[in-house]
Amino acid sequence: MGARYFDYMATNPMRPEVLEAMMPFFRERYGNPLSLYELGQNAKGALEEARSKVAQLVGAKPQEMIFTSSGAEANNFAIKGLAGAHAKKGRHIIVSKMEHHSILNPARALEKEGFAVTFLPVDKNGLVDPAVLEKAITNETSLVSVIHASPEVGTIEPIKELAAIARKNGALFHTDAVASAGYLPLDVEALGVDAMSISAHEFYGPKGAAALYLKGGTRILPLIYGGIQESGRRAGTENIPAIVGMGKAAELTKAELPERARRLAQMRDRLISGVLEKIENVYLTGHPAQRLPGLASFCVAFIEGEAMLLMLAAKGIYAASGSACSSKALKASPVLLSMGVSAQLAQGSIVFSLGVENTGEDIEYALGEFPAAVKRLREISPYAGGWGKVKETDQCIPKN
Amino acid sequence: MYSEKLMDHFTNPRNVGEIPQADGVGEEGNPTCGDVMKITIKVENGRITDAKFRTFGCGAAIAVSSMVTEMVKGKTLEEAMSITKEAVADALGGLPPQKMHCSNLGADALRLAIEDYKKKGTAK
Repeated sequence: MGARYFDYMATNPMRPEVLEAMMPFFRERYGNPLSLYELGQNAKGALEEARSKVAQLVGAKPQEMIFTSSGAEANNFAIKGLAGAHAKKGRHIIVSKMEHHSILNPARALEKEGFAVTFLPVDKNGLVDPAVLEKAITNETSLVSVIHASPEVGTIEPIKELAAIARKNGALFHTDAVASAGYLPLDVEALGVDAMSISAHEFYGPKGAAALYLKGGTRILPLIYGGIQESGRRAGTENIPAIVGMGKAAELTKAELPERARRLAQMRDRLISGVLEKIENVYLTGHPAQRLPGLASFCVAFIEGEAMLLMLAAKGIYAASGSACSSKALKASPVLLSMGVSAQLAQGSIVFSLGVENTGEDIEYALGEFPAAVKRLREISPYAGGWGKVKETDQCIPKN
Repeated sequence: MYSEKLMDHFTNPRNVGEIPQADGVGEEGNPTCGDVMKITIKVENGRITDAKFRTFGCGAAIAVSSMVTEMVKGKTLEEAMSITKEAVADALGGLPPQKMHCSNLGADALRLAIEDYKKKGTAK
């Protein structure tokens, strides 16, 4: 029996149709879109066809999509490129505390360059309150960026309301929709955003292709200077096979999304209710209703996330955790901490993200094995009966 | 990421539990940072005859606790005090570098248990 994959927010397996669409572009149709002869123009045609399909997924015009190499690049591009190009309006930007590192870290880099950055707090469900943005925004604010939905806790942010506040104040609005693109309908017009990041490998496309939607007429500074590719906004010979794959994946997603989301939400709800019923002292993280269709995230008290992941992996279950020990930086998830989850409870973070290849039987299997793994680790834990002297408000103070 | 030996001690940890009326108790770590180890020991004629642990933490932390309780049985207090973090890590076939500091608390918890035993002895 193979492993059962519950980590679709880490990456997805490519759909076979996507691989098939990509294959001719490695050996036969390998031309450079800038070349004038037929081989080049053939690649140019494929590039523009893919651009059109990707644009349709988010309700944009083809010329508003800029291809990048990753979601992280698209996010860096949006933050640095927009803040840089619109510094005349002001040198203040706003991002939320729910953001991915690829938003937070370029924002911190701008801080070092003299920009003022506001990190918007969130409530216990991970929601950014539009009233809080209203208070934080000033005449100097050039850019606001809030994640569309969190891959860690699933919460879907009120982007339409937040974007309207930015517009009213003359600031641009970007949303990181990398975790949403395969699972929620996205429409840049309806949301009223100026920029949006999406990444192919989060919707059954290949790694190495992603895109930034940028509303027509919006100025941006390139991250990568060079040739005239992507209308001079992103230099470098295009990764045609991956971009073609992204186009195919976008086309499939657009067609299948309502049914995908319905199925995933059903499996998610079964998993959430099963876990809450079978395990004591376990807490759902993120918004209980306004959440990604495939995302079931929890904090399990008295045990640690990495140990849970190893225990589950031994049973062929692949999941994720935001615990300090499971991160390379050895820091607990800032998203959980910003939602007010205590540091010791955040150690028990576990995230199951479901995708198209999961079945109801996978969910039942996980519901059999997960409570057993928790029970086993609690037998080992000194806190099995409660946190004892550890207080809710205790913080991690390393010894040396 | 982890050696086969370490995974064996994680999946089948030895000496889980707490010795009732233990001669020495040692606890090290902080759950807000990630790992906590509690070791209890039984001492007879200057030798550690039994050791048990409870651990809150990652796979490495659990394996370290299991290994240190195995290593210490039958040792004199002096020998036990000289067990180093490096020796525990080596016995597990090595630890990933980022785990050497935070998850490798077994030797420290053991030392605290021995000091606790000695303190109780002087009090008697």
